[in-house]
Amino acid sequence: MPKLSSARLTAQSHFRTLRLGTPFQPRIDALMKTNDWYDWGGYRAPASLWDEELEYFAIRSQAALFDISPMVKYRIEGPDGEDFLNRVTLRDVAKLKSGRVHYTAWCDDEGYVLDDGTLFRLAPDRFRLCCQERHLPWLLDSAIGFDVSVLEETEAVAGLALQGPTSVAVLREAGFAGVERLKVFDLAEFPHEGGRVTISRTGFTGDLGYELFAPAELALSLWDRLWKAGELRGIRAIGYTALNRARLEAGLIVANADFVTAEHAIRPDRVRMPDEIGLGFMVDLEKGHFNGRRAIAQARAKGSMRHVLVGLEIEGNIPAEHAIVYHKQKKEVGLVSAAIWSPMAKRNIALASLSRPYGDTITDDLWVEIYAMRELRYERLMKRARIVPRPFIKLDRRTASPPADF
Amino acid sequence: MKKWDAIVIGAGHNGLVNACYLQRAGLDVLVVEKNDWIGGAAVSRSLTPGFLYSNCSYVCSLFRPEIMRDLELPRFGLQVISYEGGAVFTRDGDYLANYRDHHAHRREFARFSARDAEAYDRYARDVTRQCRFIQPLLMRTAPDPTSFRPRDISELLYLGKKFAGLGAAEMADTLRFWTMSISDFLDEYFETDVIKANFALSGIIGTALGPMSPGTAYVLLHHYMGEVDGSVGAWGYARGGMGAVTKALADSFRASGGTIRTGAEVEQVLVRSGKARGLVLADGEEIYGNLVISNADVKRTFLKLVEEKELPEIFLRRVKNFKMRGSSGKVNIALDSLPEFPALPKDSPCYRGDMHFTDSVERMERGYDDWKAGRWSADPFLDMVIPTTLDPTMAPPGKHFMSCFVQYCPPKVEGRDWTDADRDAFGETVISQIADYSPGFRDRIVHMEVRTPRELEAEVGLTEGNIFQGELTFDQLLFNRPVPGYAQYRSPVDGLYMCGSSTHPGGGVMGAPGRNAAAEILRDLSRGTKHMSPAHDVI
Repeated sequence: MPKLSSARLTAQSHFRTLRLGTPFQPRIDALMKTNDWYDWGGYRAPASLWDEELEYFAIRSQAALFDISPMVKYRIEGPDGEDFLNRVTLRDVAKLKSGRVHYTAWCDDEGYVLDDGTLFRLAPDRFRLCCQERHLPWLLDSAIGFDVSVLEETEAVAGLALQGPTSVAVLREAGFAGVERLKVFDLAEFPHEGGRVTISRTGFTGDLGYELFAPAELALSLWDRLWKAGELRGIRAIGYTALNRARLEAGLIVANADFVTAEHAIRPDRVRMPDEIGLGFMVDLEKGHFNGRRAIAQARAKGSMRHVLVGLEIEGNIPAEHAIVYHKQKKEVGLVSAAIWSPMAKRNIALASLSRPYGDTITDDLWVEIYAMRELRYERLMKRARIVPRPFIKLDRRTASPPADF
Repeated sequence: MKKWDAIVIGAGHNGLVNACYLQRAGLDVLVVEKNDWIGGAAVSRSLTPGFLYSNCSYVCSLFRPEIMRDLELPRFGLQVISYEGGAVFTRDGDYLANYRDHHAHRREFARFSARDAEAYDRYARDVTRQCRFIQPLLMRTAPDPTSFRPRDISELLYLGKKFAGLGAAEMADTLRFWTMSISDFLDEYFETDVIKANFALSGIIGTALGPMSPGTAYVLLHHYMGEVDGSVGAWGYARGGMGAVTKALADSFRASGGTIRTGAEVEQVLVRSGKARGLVLADGEEIYGNLVISNADVKRTFLKLVEEKELPEIFLRRVKNFKMRGSSGKVNIALDSLPEFPALPKDSPCYRGDMHFTDSVERMERGYDDWKAGRWSADPFLDMVIPTTLDPTMAPPGKHFMSCFVQYCPPKVEGRDWTDADRDAFGETVISQIADYSPGFRDRIVHMEVRTPRELEAEVGLTEGNIFQGELTFDQLLFNRPVPGYAQYRSPVDGLYMCGSSTHPGGGVMGAPGRNAAAEILRDLSRGTKHMSPAHDVI
């Protein structure tokens, strides 16, 4: 048993607060008008703060501030950091330069996806891995034989996403000199209150945007710095409902919403290989061994993968959330995992998992059956669905370098 | 002379469940009970004024919701109050709590190990997968693999299909689960002693094996089984003690026209021409019936109540060798105030759950070593609850009833019979362990009931005081429970059936053996079973 420490005794009191506040909680509480909270990994997180419609438009027309502190974070450090992460994750980490970020995923030995997330290379031998679920035992076990340390730092590091067309202007106004030089997926450190804040040009909205990470104790001063700078740039705090619309327009998937992670799948057939959830592009079979490599290579060779994740454009304007997908209006071939009417694309969009060959070689004559509850009656609609490329919207400002000053 | 349609021996929970279903099918059923009260091991008795004890079983966890519904137990007064947590006290003055909230549970583990805190999801997934495989078998008669009857073949196919439905990795896990020790199993997930001890206790309760003995991983599954089909409030206290379960069953039985006779100890099952005809009571009275159903354990039924000459030799040998070893005792304590545990904050929900003092698997195993040597554990494993923190009906205001399940406790002390002095010394071992963590504990004690295997056998009738009427190791489950060829509640004697925990799916206050036996009996009588709800779906 670990030695009895005062830290262990102090931590006893957690049972009195089942949903933790994040380091930004005083600011969020002050802005909270809807009292619309949800549970994000044990944190009290806002689903909306004042108006979920307007919060969405803040992302697309102004600058939206979203607290991402509950995201699970690991610090991975050591001379073998790159080799270790190459062993664990799908993409080639040798190609990830210091000061860059990439979106990646990792699998168990059977090739089933454990999670997806973003990998930040903070220094040649220092990384941060951000994700939805918790993986410390998996990371530690995979680290055996590597000169690397893995530390869970979710509570210690505060995170903010600042997304929207005026986000760069807000940051510049706040005095983060040179932030406009960051290209998409670049990161850099900036001084703040005697400490440092890491700013990356990343996000979950498909828009121009940045993510900021700072030690928890600097959180409130960082928030205030942005808030003040954003006064004339329309800065708004937002909740998850707004963000979820933006991410769907961007065609991005969410673990345990659009696919079931391997460590949580109670039903063994619910697990997915990267290719089955649209992450096949990450798999680098040339880089050497990684967890799940053999299984994925074998499944590809045998053509045994059974599912495919696609973007759908559905006729009409009624969202098809969790609708069943049919071929020729008869044969059930899949399920919609997320769907909205896209305010930007002005289209009815969805993400769906289909059973091959549907979505793979058979892509025509697809339909979704929408059960729309309207005043205690289901209005049943059978609507034509077309497979379309993701993202559903493409905004030049997301990648423009330097970003335009709106 | 009256002839009953069916006579059930023993008014324990399974006997009463069985009797209820038969009575509701239109049979005229008599339940005979040797004690002056009913309940068997699901009993509440007042042994000191103002206090009510759950004398044997103490929590309601596995009772099948299908049975509660069919027999209208809520209508007949059964209320189950959910647990709110639990804790293992550690020797360094801290504790490890179990909280119902997923994230609180993780944060609690993180106090001891950041790694173990994040290992729980995978552990829960694997245990849940195994439970989902086994759970649907609880409410089905186990197939007879030697029979070619269509029903047995289709049941075997069902089993095979479910097994084949597992992935290759799960199949391997299943076989490992059925055979490995709980200690080895937990080592694959966790690194911290107290966290492993916290889970290991479910692998040894009621079993004469140590946490390092092969086969104990399955015992853990048996305890988790209640939860996989979304049975809400799976763990809790029956309001009024465990006797409230059997009281509700008895009221339901009587309301449907059934008859219970207490103070009627059975001397022998009357067998003529290989068929059961009724019973002879201890006072010589004979009672006649077309069917006799025994809720007593398989050893008591066939080694004490049926003449040997009526039974096949191989059956007898297997009954004799059926493992039903006494391994636990029970100490019930009336307290004049709520004990304090300085390690535990006063507002902790753990007071309203189960508390333990064994903070390592090693300590549990050493406790088992004592049992093997024929002694009770000097440092026993306690499952301690204070039901009166949630149920005010069992003690006067401000006073409390504490139940301590104690393991290990041998059926004989170093080969000789238990004496009253042994029993008192055993009770003292338990009190002194609690007092180590709770200053002033002794001064709060108003009354105590100490029960070793001797008392449990003499009063409840459980052979060696084994709470499960036979250990739940995989060699004694499914079509091997209790004896190969007799796993379908029938016996070598026509008209004599079994319905106790010795039969599939085994022990715990579950009711499934009683219900499944009733289904088989009604099938033999070509009677309908429309009054029995089908087992819950597991999808």
